[in-house]
Amino acid sequence: MDVAFPPGRHGWLCPVIWARDLTKSYATKTSGDVLAVDSIDLEVGPGESFGILGANGAGKSTTMRMIGATLQRTSGELTILGHDPQHEGPLIRAHLGVVPQQDTLDTDLTVRENIYVYGRYFGLSRAELQPRVDDLLDFAQLQDKRDAKVDSLSGGMKRRLTIARSLVNEPSLLLLDEPTTGLDPQARHLLWDRLFRLRETGVTLVLTTHYMDEAEQLCERLVVMDAGRIVAEGSPAHLIRTHAGREVVEVRFGAQRSNEVVPHLAGIGQRTEVLPDRILLYTEAGEADLHEIVARGLTPTTALVRRASLEDVFLRLTGRTLVDE
Amino acid sequence: MSILAVGSRRVAESRLRNMWRWRNAIITFGIGNPVLYLIAVGLGVGSLVEESMPGGIDGIPYLAFIAPALIITAAMQAGQDEVVFPTLAGFIWTKTFYAMRATSLTGAQIAEGVLFAAFGRIVLTSVVYGLVLLLFGAVSISGALGVTALAILTGTCWAATMQAIAASVHDDGGFLSLAGRVIIMPMFLFSGTFYPLSALPLAVQWIGWISPLWHATELGRWLSYGAPTPLWQVCVSVAYLMVLGVGGVVLARRRFERRLTS
Repeated sequence: MDVAFPPGRHGWLCPVIWARDLTKSYATKTSGDVLAVDSIDLEVGPGESFGILGANGAGKSTTMRMIGATLQRTSGELTILGHDPQHEGPLIRAHLGVVPQQDTLDTDLTVRENIYVYGRYFGLSRAELQPRVDDLLDFAQLQDKRDAKVDSLSGGMKRRLTIARSLVNEPSLLLLDEPTTGLDPQARHLLWDRLFRLRETGVTLVLTTHYMDEAEQLCERLVVMDAGRIVAEGSPAHLIRTHAGREVVEVRFGAQRSNEVVPHLAGIGQRTEVLPDRILLYTEAGEADLHEIVARGLTPTTALVRRASLEDVFLRLTGRTLVDE
Repeated sequence: MSILAVGSRRVAESRLRNMWRWRNAIITFGIGNPVLYLIAVGLGVGSLVEESMPGGIDGIPYLAFIAPALIITAAMQAGQDEVVFPTLAGFIWTKTFYAMRATSLTGAQIAEGVLFAAFGRIVLTSVVYGLVLLLFGAVSISGALGVTALAILTGTCWAATMQAIAASVHDDGGFLSLAGRVIIMPMFLFSGTFYPLSALPLAVQWIGWISPLWHATELGRWLSYGAPTPLWQVCVSVAYLMVLGVGGVVLARRRFERRLTS
């Protein structure tokens, strides 16, 4: 660590990631310069598990690639593990683990060889690698697939292999770009369990996701990105409390009636959000409010009272749902 | 190879590991290709040529005439295969270059490593071909040494050029068929491979002049049986091959670096 940091809000002496006014713009043929990441500030401390939440195109992956020292920033400041990726990319990357959005496994090689060869890229010796590859196969629960070709693995196994591969250099910072996109629920839970274990070993985790449950499960702290900017920051619980309240009443009246009903809901809950297929009422007391709706004679076709989630935070902050349905 | 950065060597090592999986095909092709060509074209077609041209082209057996062209073609083909396929795979099919780039490796090291591994395949192919030429009596021992070294040089320079081209390919299917039909095939047919370039009408002779295969083949005939070649032509041909090689390496390194950081 050879960089002195201005005192940050979080008070880490040596943040793992430190960004000020980090900006990335691309020149496009049709619409001039496009700001993919627009002047964001980030600070992630050692051992934290930190999430970047956002819809597709919000700038999550671009941010991740700048942190991963494989994409040069346009302006602003960025240090990763105390070094500037603009000048010390290889040095930084030597201490990073990267799980890209798309699997980039070598399909010509076996499961074991994929981890081994990746370790060789980092310059690890054969003797060092033998036991480490074995441990990682255990960790990824792929020991019985060690000599299988990559093509024969399921989606979840490939992801676990990619994670195992990313750990071969014993990184101090692990970057996961949408780690469970496209996996079935069982595979996701297995993966979360593995990531949980990693967290316990003190590895700093940074992940992007557009799944609320994933962010709530894995992230102690997160930022919400929209159109290249950070629109909110905090722990999942803090964000929910601040931006969504305690409970949500979801009511459906059918597409035609929705707009007619809205004026009659005045005074119920703290805030109303009208979606194409349903109306959301943010409130502190869901059951009572639902009774009130029924008492006003506005019988909904379906009704649900639930705890407010990050999905609601996102909707509130960006006016959009996270996953296009 | 101390001039090769340690990172490039690690990439080459992994490429060699992949090639090892194809060792049977590489070795079978490496031996089968020269044997079949020498029997079919060298002896088969050669007997017809020598019948109609007693004394053969350049006053030597037809087999000796085509031997330099064949070994050089084989080296170029081996080099091209060993850079084009990994490059398209690395950028497009399996995207392994992006995985490599997430380690401490740089784009330039990845480019060098791929080329270096291809160099290994070129050496193997050329040496085997050189030995088969010797066995068929198509070249003398000193001729075999000369054309083998030349084949290695030409194959490597050509591989560097093709790597630079492949590095900017985004639509893989189109590129492969285009490279095969529009570059390789005409080059093989119109580079004085099977007959002297002067036998062709002037209108298509230019294909030979811009073809590295023709330049290398002329050099090969000069090395192998002393075909009369003016010194300026030797210099131009060597310079042309070197420009392709050095230019290819510089361009490939830059394109790899750029493509993997944007």
